[in-house]
Amino acid sequence: METKTKDHAALAEAFIKDEEHVNWHDGALWWIRQKRDIASKQIPEWEALREAASQIKSNVLSNLHDYLLQFEANLIKNGITVHWASDAEEHNRIVYSILKAKEINQMIKSKSMLTEECHLNEYLAERGIDVINSDLGEYIQQLDNEPPSHIVLPCIHKRKEEIGEIFHEHLGTEKGVSDPTTLTRFARRHLRNAFITRRAALTGVNFAVAETGEYVVCTNEGNADMGAHLSDVQIASMGIEKIVPQKKHLGIFLRLLARSATGQPITIYSSHFKKPREGQEMHLILVDLGRTRQLGRPEFRESLKCIKCGACMNTCPVYRKSGGLSYHNTISGPIGAILAPNLDMKRHADLPFASTLCGSCSNVCPVKITIHDQLYQWRQVIVKEGFAANTKVLGMKAMAWTLSSPGSYARMGRAGRWVLNNIPFAINNKLNPWYKQREMPDGPKESFGEWYARNQKENGSDKK
Amino acid sequence: MNTRESILAAVLKNQPPASPLPDISAFKGSRQDVVDNYQAVFTSIGGIVHVVNSFAEINDRIRANFDPTKRIITTLPAMAGYVELMSATADPRTFDDVELAVIDAQLAVAENGAVWLPEQHMGQRIIPYICQHLAVVVPAEIIVPTLHEAYAQIGAGDYGFAAFIGGPSKTADIEQALVMGAHGPITMTVFILV
Repeated sequence: METKTKDHAALAEAFIKDEEHVNWHDGALWWIRQKRDIASKQIPEWEALREAASQIKSNVLSNLHDYLLQFEANLIKNGITVHWASDAEEHNRIVYSILKAKEINQMIKSKSMLTEECHLNEYLAERGIDVINSDLGEYIQQLDNEPPSHIVLPCIHKRKEEIGEIFHEHLGTEKGVSDPTTLTRFARRHLRNAFITRRAALTGVNFAVAETGEYVVCTNEGNADMGAHLSDVQIASMGIEKIVPQKKHLGIFLRLLARSATGQPITIYSSHFKKPREGQEMHLILVDLGRTRQLGRPEFRESLKCIKCGACMNTCPVYRKSGGLSYHNTISGPIGAILAPNLDMKRHADLPFASTLCGSCSNVCPVKITIHDQLYQWRQVIVKEGFAANTKVLGMKAMAWTLSSPGSYARMGRAGRWVLNNIPFAINNKLNPWYKQREMPDGPKESFGEWYARNQKENGSDKK
Repeated sequence: MNTRESILAAVLKNQPPASPLPDISAFKGSRQDVVDNYQAVFTSIGGIVHVVNSFAEINDRIRANFDPTKRIITTLPAMAGYVELMSATADPRTFDDVELAVIDAQLAVAENGAVWLPEQHMGQRIIPYICQHLAVVVPAEIIVPTLHEAYAQIGAGDYGFAAFIGGPSKTADIEQALVMGAHGPITMTVFILV
């Protein structure tokens, strides 16, 4: 299990030490955000699509019980074995039991944030089962023993030289080779051998169609398909919120997903799995892992509409400059910051504060989740529940006292201006977190209140 | 209560009041210039398009662009005279040496360049993924404007597996540098048959 020692601010501070690296990271993500803008503007009905997607997801949340039953019945009709898991432990136990029954000790996995949340790889490794992550970015992260830093671009925080070094160390490529095509070709040969030899494959799920009992998996690399179609046992893990009611609704979501994620018109592969191949076994695990609890929080349930495109991360000024790993949660960025406190409020109490509340995330969200409003709401809940950092609580108390009386407000203002103008070193030092990366301004000579009083005295009140 | 029952009970207890499904019937594209649009989009996502008049012409193009000494397979009876007709029963792992697979699509979507391939068109599910290069025959009349028209035609669909495929396998995981051929085909060619 992961252990948390530092909060977002401390982890971000470590990330921003390398200024050139941070600027590159910032620019790379903003470039993807711009590609998203270009792609979305080519669709005149883009806003109507977002609205429709949001409404479909509202309907899903309001009728989830019946849709889950319908989906399950259709899966069974299609020959897929259905499992239910309330938490990570139960999910992992189910995967293990499926593999054990077939005496399989090697599995290949395509991208699945859910199994990252469940720490499936570690669980299986402890029981002698080896798992390879086949998405190139996740494969790189796995070799480097780090979690993904972005849900769509798992190793966006790494430079190619670092990746070249990892390949050299773990796969024996020549030292100093960092050309992306050369490295990708090397991984292709290496992983193809794994696809051909592994008998079990696990995938995530992007959309699960209640009406037909099929599920859709979207990738650009084709790794989900390479694993699934060469496997004897195919397992899909999905959160219960991934349901869409009808097949025609896929038209809405597939038009939005890749354009929002990377600016592509559609992911290269949108695979519709309905029945096992002749001689193949297919399992699907429906996982709760906090979803039902979030569903019961009226102010936060909309977060369950998320289709995991990552647009909110690419646009977020805090994410771009602090890196996904500083969020110490599988799902990072703005959406992660409204999902994580539901899983463990104390552990993730810092995340809703890792935002400027600028609202850019809500503006790009393809299903119109009001992410920045929810960040604000979580702050209220976290302070009320007593999980806010001490400095924040003290600061807010001081602020409340200052603002509660005109006298104390005027006195504090005068004191502040005097300090800024006469002894700036008293606040321009390391003890003041606001001084980091900032120069404190010169204090104005007088406040508006003081100017107004003086102006009245000098010029009278009824000039003109 | 077992896990299934407890999850369903929690969902029922916590789900919000009914919210209606929106009417999405107004979403549709224009049939005008779908063939040209398809070509432009498919080319922009890294695909190769040839407009052809016959299977003989497709064969000529294949001879000109791919190594005929390597394994080329097809599901199309019309191509059988030229290349190996694939086995529907062979172990899927045995297709690892396929250089080029030639199959046909049921639909193609102008707006995103993707072709719709139910497994019957693939021969075997692994074919369009395991080959080094993929070629798909698209009769011009099966091109639809958007995914909305595509799903309307697909309906429930009589397949165990089907996919939209829109271009060669891709990754940009290393520094956002685009590389074709992550795990699947390094190139994808569409032959628009008019």
